[in-house]
Amino acid sequence: MKNGVSAANRLPRRVVAALAVGPIAGLAVFYLWPFATLLARAINGSTVADTLSRGATWDVAWFTVWQAVASTVITMLVGLAPAYIVARFEFPGRQLLVGVLTAIFVLPTVVMGAAFLALLPDSLDRTVWAVIAAHVAFNLAVVVRTVGAFWEHLPIDMESAAATLGASRWRVFVDISLPLLRPSLSAAGAIIFLFTFTSFGVIRILGSAGTRTLEIEVWRRATQLGDIGGAAVLSVLQLAVLAVVVGWSTRAQRRHARAVDLRPEQDRRRAKSPGERRFVTLVAIGTAALCIAPLAAMAIRSFRSSSGWSTTAWTTLGKAEVRPGIRLGLDPVEALVNSIQNAAWATSFAVVLGAVASLAIAAAGRGGRLLDVGLMLPIGTSAVTIGFGMLITFDTPPVDWRAEWWLVPVGHALVALPFVVRTTVGVLRSVDPSLQDAAATLGASPTRAWWNVVVPFLWRPLAVGAALAAAISLGEFGATSFLSRSGGETLPIAIDELLGRTGSLLQAQGYALATILTVATVSLVIGVSRFHDVTGLAHRRANGQTVDR
Amino acid sequence: MRTQPIIASALAFGLIAAACSSDSSNSADTPTASELTATESAPPAADPTDPELTTDQPDTDQPDTDQPVEPFTTITLVTYDSFPEADTSINAALDAFTDQTAIGVELLVAGDTGTMLSKAALTVGNPEGDVMWGIDNTFLSRALNDGIFEQGVLFDPENVPAEFLALVPNGEALPVDFGDVCVNYDIGYFAENELDVPTSLQDLADPAYRDLLVVQNPATSSPGLAFLLASIDEFGAEGWQAYWQQLKDNGVLVVDGWTDAYYGSFTWAGGGDRPLVVSYGSSPPAEVIFADPPRDDAPTGVIESTCFRQIEFAGVLAGTDHPDEAAELVRFLGSEQFQAELALNLFVYPANSAVALPQEFDDFAVVPDTSRTLDPDLIDENRSDWIDEWSTLVLG
Repeated sequence: MKNGVSAANRLPRRVVAALAVGPIAGLAVFYLWPFATLLARAINGSTVADTLSRGATWDVAWFTVWQAVASTVITMLVGLAPAYIVARFEFPGRQLLVGVLTAIFVLPTVVMGAAFLALLPDSLDRTVWAVIAAHVAFNLAVVVRTVGAFWEHLPIDMESAAATLGASRWRVFVDISLPLLRPSLSAAGAIIFLFTFTSFGVIRILGSAGTRTLEIEVWRRATQLGDIGGAAVLSVLQLAVLAVVVGWSTRAQRRHARAVDLRPEQDRRRAKSPGERRFVTLVAIGTAALCIAPLAAMAIRSFRSSSGWSTTAWTTLGKAEVRPGIRLGLDPVEALVNSIQNAAWATSFAVVLGAVASLAIAAAGRGGRLLDVGLMLPIGTSAVTIGFGMLITFDTPPVDWRAEWWLVPVGHALVALPFVVRTTVGVLRSVDPSLQDAAATLGASPTRAWWNVVVPFLWRPLAVGAALAAAISLGEFGATSFLSRSGGETLPIAIDELLGRTGSLLQAQGYALATILTVATVSLVIGVSRFHDVTGLAHRRANGQTVDR
Repeated sequence: MRTQPIIASALAFGLIAAACSSDSSNSADTPTASELTATESAPPAADPTDPELTTDQPDTDQPDTDQPVEPFTTITLVTYDSFPEADTSINAALDAFTDQTAIGVELLVAGDTGTMLSKAALTVGNPEGDVMWGIDNTFLSRALNDGIFEQGVLFDPENVPAEFLALVPNGEALPVDFGDVCVNYDIGYFAENELDVPTSLQDLADPAYRDLLVVQNPATSSPGLAFLLASIDEFGAEGWQAYWQQLKDNGVLVVDGWTDAYYGSFTWAGGGDRPLVVSYGSSPPAEVIFADPPRDDAPTGVIESTCFRQIEFAGVLAGTDHPDEAAELVRFLGSEQFQAELALNLFVYPANSAVALPQEFDDFAVVPDTSRTLDPDLIDENRSDWIDEWSTLVLG
């Protein structure tokens, strides 16, 4: 596998360095510095000894790891079929399906947890199986989008050739597609592992009381017991475990990256044979049912009152008086606008930094791997730790930033950045080096060859990454709920507050807001993919490629 | 087909434009909404003692052109996340304070009470704001030991019960409100099943009420902790373990948080199967006020002898740049004008006993004469051990 590393290696060092400097600086200032400040302040010999000698610490660590591994494996298995049909087939409702999957991924856990609780049979409530089922439904989007985006670029003719030679559909999948997909599979796996490893809301709502991940234990120590030192030790332990797993995954991703004759994008087709049609229909409906059931349950609950059906929750949303003289002080429109503004900024930050980071990672060797892992660290680090770290780091001029409005979108961008990078790097790495060689042979400088050959592959995965980033920011609750805020209530926070108060009307309003958030997310995802499909078409036309149909 | 790219790009650019135009309203160097309201509505001629007049001012959109704008200071009130951020009568009362004193008030929401306190403890001397609202008696000792409040500020408490003031003998903070955490019951369930409503903590362990109670995990929930403290108050530091063993044998359900318990497991609110839930003494009036469709009677009741009292405090944060203005705000938070807004906005009772409660509270809330409490120092010393011991016993 000599050509496993893309020929983009030949890019001059200073270009690679120039690309890497932005992401590295962002990571250093907004992640490493606050995290280090908190550790330096809170950790000492006795907090380490106390925390590590506590038996509960290791029980929690073990549970954290095994539930994350189980959730990841099951999600990957369940997600392959929908990823395949979404990448390869055109069918009615395809974009809607992707939109709904993504919405599930970004909805606040407090909403999804409650919806699941209403759906699951009582015997499954509050067990680890309920937790894993919810993790699977939550993270399906990651498989479908990450693996799907890669799958779209795999040449169909290899599969068709094998099929023509008599290989069964299953053989084609196992022998041809699966090995080629491996980089994107390990990328998706790493993201899902990170998310389930740091699971917070799902476990609190669906797990039996006292079931704890390290993330929950860090939060509990830091906020409920005031044991910042113990919390800091645990968040280092959390990172240590993660470092091992992510390191392994990145290595696997590189080892399996091979140059495939990647196409800018394959055209999706309609299912032809009856068997194919049955397969696509079955998978699409099954996936939709898995995701739409909790969403529907949620929407329905917004119309429930204590005596049947009612639209009062919807008509009294916002500034209206709930009762004469009583207002809630929650304006959903304002919250939605806040959320959209945050999302726009977070996405811009994440996409710009993510694009240059991906190019640098794909072009650099060992250093690139380091940057790749580094960018993943923020999602693997306890949100409380980063939030508190920022609080005590950005507190004196010239970096008195803790009251700045942009700190929240920066926090979102930290979480979204790895998604942009992961959806992009895999594609960039697989660009056929012979293309660059050809360009070089024709007299292009290495930088120019890279610009003309590698960079065009950036846009498709970047658009997918951008949509994910925006969606993540819309639903983000954990990381930034630990930053103090002044008048910038977002939708997830408003939902959480409504569901945290007594009164059937308020509960229904919480679900109404959750429905609005879902619709906003689905529209965003569909809008972006429409926009992209159209520009993608224009792009290909501009490059003189024929659209074969 | 041709219109699609235009619509899509318009959408995308619209998003970006919306974001760009918004950042000026958020940035620190432009006046905030509350500052603007204050400048527009602070005619010196207005009678500052008339709350009717001053609270109405922000609604009139006429800039006060012929009056000079008074220079004023804006201070930050740090609070927990259930404090309304805008548009309610409690916010109008804060605007009235600005009109009366030319001190602007900006709200900073810092999370739940525990999170808010941890942040304050990390930033002692260089606080995020000037005044903090909402540290309760289960967190009070930690707050005082960590020194988050400025010493030696005079609050001149009026009409505040002596037992509340006794919790802060050095006067670091002002008691501003109180409330109770109590076992709530579903009135309809007990009527339908012709079952007597339990009347004591001990009753809850009676087999007649098997599998009927849902509580919160004290490790992760403030009402859950309050209920554990109520049982410690009743049965003593050596006796509560036996009581919880009985509860466990009697099928108590433990969930992680209030939302999950009340909306997930309580028969009245969530279609769960538990007619007894740990919630607040003010939950029944909230059920009336926020009922859909409207109703005149509370569907739930409170078992008085199970109530644990939570008392909340406000104080000046140590290290503030505006100690005088901050102290003035805390005094205002204790005044009748502000305290009258607490019940319907925060669902707590005013600490100022001169303030009358709204009708719904008179009708449906239970304010027990003798709620349980524990010494804040005792709570602070034992919280972690009690929770660990409880977890091993009940969840282990």
